[in-house]
Amino acid sequence: MVKIEVLGSGCANCQKLEQNAREAVTLAGVDAEVVKVTDYGEIAARGVLSTPGLAIDGDVKSTGRIPTPGDIAEWLSSAG
Amino acid sequence: MGTLAIQRLQLPFWPSAALAVAAWLVAWFAAWPVSQWLAFDLLGFQPGSSLGEATAFFLYDVPKVLLLLTGIVTLVSWLRSYVPPQRVRAALAGRGEVAGTVAAASFGVVTPFCSCSAVPLFIGFLQAGIPIGVTLAFLISSPLVNEVALVLLWGLFGPQVAILYMAAGLSVAIVGGLVLGRLPLERFLEPWVLEARQTAPVTAPVEHRPTTEQRLRDAWSSTRSLVRKVWPWVVIGIGVGAFIHGYVPTEFIVQVGGAGNPLAVPLVVALAVPLYAGVAGVIPIVEALLDKGLPLGTVLAFMMATVAISLPEFVILRRVARPPLLAIFLGVVVAGILAVGFLFNALGM
Repeated sequence: MVKIEVLGSGCANCQKLEQNAREAVTLAGVDAEVVKVTDYGEIAARGVLSTPGLAIDGDVKSTGRIPTPGDIAEWLSSAG
Repeated sequence: MGTLAIQRLQLPFWPSAALAVAAWLVAWFAAWPVSQWLAFDLLGFQPGSSLGEATAFFLYDVPKVLLLLTGIVTLVSWLRSYVPPQRVRAALAGRGEVAGTVAAASFGVVTPFCSCSAVPLFIGFLQAGIPIGVTLAFLISSPLVNEVALVLLWGLFGPQVAILYMAAGLSVAIVGGLVLGRLPLERFLEPWVLEARQTAPVTAPVEHRPTTEQRLRDAWSSTRSLVRKVWPWVVIGIGVGAFIHGYVPTEFIVQVGGAGNPLAVPLVVALAVPLYAGVAGVIPIVEALLDKGLPLGTVLAFMMATVAISLPEFVILRRVARPPLLAIFLGVVVAGILAVGFLFNALGM
């Protein structure tokens, strides 16, 4: 199962990203779980300096922006 | 390998973008003549009457300010996407303290920054060995030289005021950062931050750089949410500005806000703190006041205090820093802003 992580403290942008991620899972039709990482130490340790960040299977794909469900779905398709 | 189950419908990007630019230009050039026609022909006010002039001002300023916001904030957000904090961190690591402070303050101006990123950014910078003073210089200049404020200042007052604002903001950030760098602030960091600092930063993952189209879409989408949040403030601010324009006598403004009144600058700084979210609405008011003789120092202090002192950000920073550090940080920023205000007023600018 693909692990999607949304890194951020829970502000509106992070929530939007989480929403987009869940939509992307449906769009791409892959078996994936969406996990929220809210611990600041962990976020910084992953090299994410501007939230929200998105990681797929541990690989940080974007920081500081909100990728569209389409963008995320494309990453999911190539991650499988 | 999964395949995209449904293709999302999106408008063809470049044609829509071109159309949007054209519409913007039309609206921009039509604003003045249309507002004049609306106020004096359609609504029948007398040119020169207080109510007529105030109404015309209002009808002109609302579209003008909103157009400025949408157009230029989109442009600036797009350009800023090329200077993400990761790059700034790499550029600042290993620099000497003074050069680092100046660089950090300068980068703060161009880096996009969201208050919610304050903590990871703070830790990330410290982990790279960037001194606290340098990091704080960045945290001062980032919100202080606020692109919405700069855009509106440039559009409403011209480049000189905007540049002065930026120069004043940079000075506060640089001097503030240098002063803070001299102080023993380490002991006020939360213990877990000091621990985290021992771990070396992650070598930045190979960044999946967004395409130009993605950057522009991002910029447009963040402008849209900004304008959605801010437009009521803009309308209110312009309404108040129009009122001042038409009805408040110049003598009053000069007396209360002017160089002769030493309380003016501290007063506006105090007023500004709760107005954080309303900077876009504050500027039209400031335009009217400036027109009525409010001196530039008072204006600059007010604007800087509005954007630099973000209570939400301080609440967030409480996670990494104990109250004494936050208080000292705030104190240095306020002192800098007051200094700018008094200096400009004293110089009679």
